[in-house]
Amino acid sequence: MPPQPRAWLTVTARRKAIDILRRERTRPGKERDGLRMIELARSDLPPDDVVHDDLLRLIFTCCHPTLSPPTRVALALRTLCGLSPAQIAGVLLTTEAATAKRLTRARQKIAAAHIPYRVPPENELADRLPTVCAVIHSLYTAGHAPVDGRTAYDVDACAEAVRLAELLHDLLPDQPMPSAVLALLLLTEGRRPSRLDEQGDVVTLDQQDRGRWDAAVIARGVALLNGSLRRSHRQADAYQLQAAIAAEHARAASYHDTDWTEILRLYDLLVSIAPSHTAGLARVVAATEAADAATGLAMLAELPPNPRWHGVRAELLAREGRYTEAARELAESLDGPATEPERQHRERRREAFLQLAMPSPPDESES
Amino acid sequence: MPQYLALIYTAYVDWWAPEQAAELAEYRQFAVDNADSIRASAVLHPTSTATVVRVEGTRGGHVVTTDGPYAETKEALTGYYLIEAADLEEAVAITAGLPAAWNGAVEVRPVIAVK
Repeated sequence: MPPQPRAWLTVTARRKAIDILRRERTRPGKERDGLRMIELARSDLPPDDVVHDDLLRLIFTCCHPTLSPPTRVALALRTLCGLSPAQIAGVLLTTEAATAKRLTRARQKIAAAHIPYRVPPENELADRLPTVCAVIHSLYTAGHAPVDGRTAYDVDACAEAVRLAELLHDLLPDQPMPSAVLALLLLTEGRRPSRLDEQGDVVTLDQQDRGRWDAAVIARGVALLNGSLRRSHRQADAYQLQAAIAAEHARAASYHDTDWTEILRLYDLLVSIAPSHTAGLARVVAATEAADAATGLAMLAELPPNPRWHGVRAELLAREGRYTEAARELAESLDGPATEPERQHRERRREAFLQLAMPSPPDESES
Repeated sequence: MPQYLALIYTAYVDWWAPEQAAELAEYRQFAVDNADSIRASAVLHPTSTATVVRVEGTRGGHVVTTDGPYAETKEALTGYYLIEAADLEEAVAITAGLPAAWNGAVEVRPVIAVK
């Protein structure tokens, strides 16, 4: 027994509590009252406000800044979602043994170093909330856009991330950041069904069947984003900007109807406040659509290459009819890690570009 | 109350050198400001004055000493504070006032309570 036994020793109870909170919210009024009556009759459940405070404390402890980012994700999945070390290892692309060791060390540190089990005071929330939101967002990213693996995305990891985002938003409904994270996740999640076709092949955004997007989920995401922006006095953070970009895609009737100028403007803002390689690449794509491939290629030259960079460059070169170079870029991109469906997609694109390059006109543009 | 050892890691420094006077004064001020939390502290002579001791084989074996630090590193242990704090957050808040926190690094290690 550690010197201070804490909430993760009662993982099952917490999970139940989370489920109750979730069910409460989704059930219509009358049914909710009925459920409350049944649960009030049970003596083993703590009152709502105790569950509420306990869950918040647990979240802030799991996502404490003195723990490493992957440890925060692992702890959140273990204690808040009840996932097994093997399941967590699947999400974090590591081994069960490494995950178990990571969890044990984290618990030792929390106990030995006395990481406090409490909700930060109001004046510290602004400092501490980003860490919590980053855990949820990186969990979603790990599920939605894994760097490797057999599947294009991990539905379970996405669902757990959405569950945590719902929970945090429920617990802190007046904070703009958790509602922006939930908005971003919903606006992305609502469009996920069209990312693969019936055969499980990758479908790029320009080819996606927008009829398969979940309009209700998207509408809720937009409403949450508007509420979040209102509460933060329109001083957008990185989550709000990403959610705004997702909303902009979601409201376009087709790829060609997309307001690329607005999306580029949002990416410019995003890159200025939270630079990342992924955002940089997406900004290149937006600039290409808003202007032309030459603009995109010039911006791409400023970014360090990685497999996805080569993939983007291949598409831009193909736009300019430079198919041989495009195929070469895809070959480079296939050298690095990618999920199996993404790898197959790049293979297909490479073959298509090689076909287009085949006739090799003797006196055109080549010197 | 939990105790933490705040280990000060900075670049090679001779605290007795006159050019260190200003920084040393900052450490003295830190000690005054946090007198209630500090249980012990030490300022160390530079690593060039260190001696590494090893005993060959097992206890009672030949004592071998080496001049200088155990390993050449960019940052070395140049002092420590034993701090008492309610929890890690308070310990971090206190040690963030040490000049080493912006001139090097402070490693905060929980001390095992001896009953």
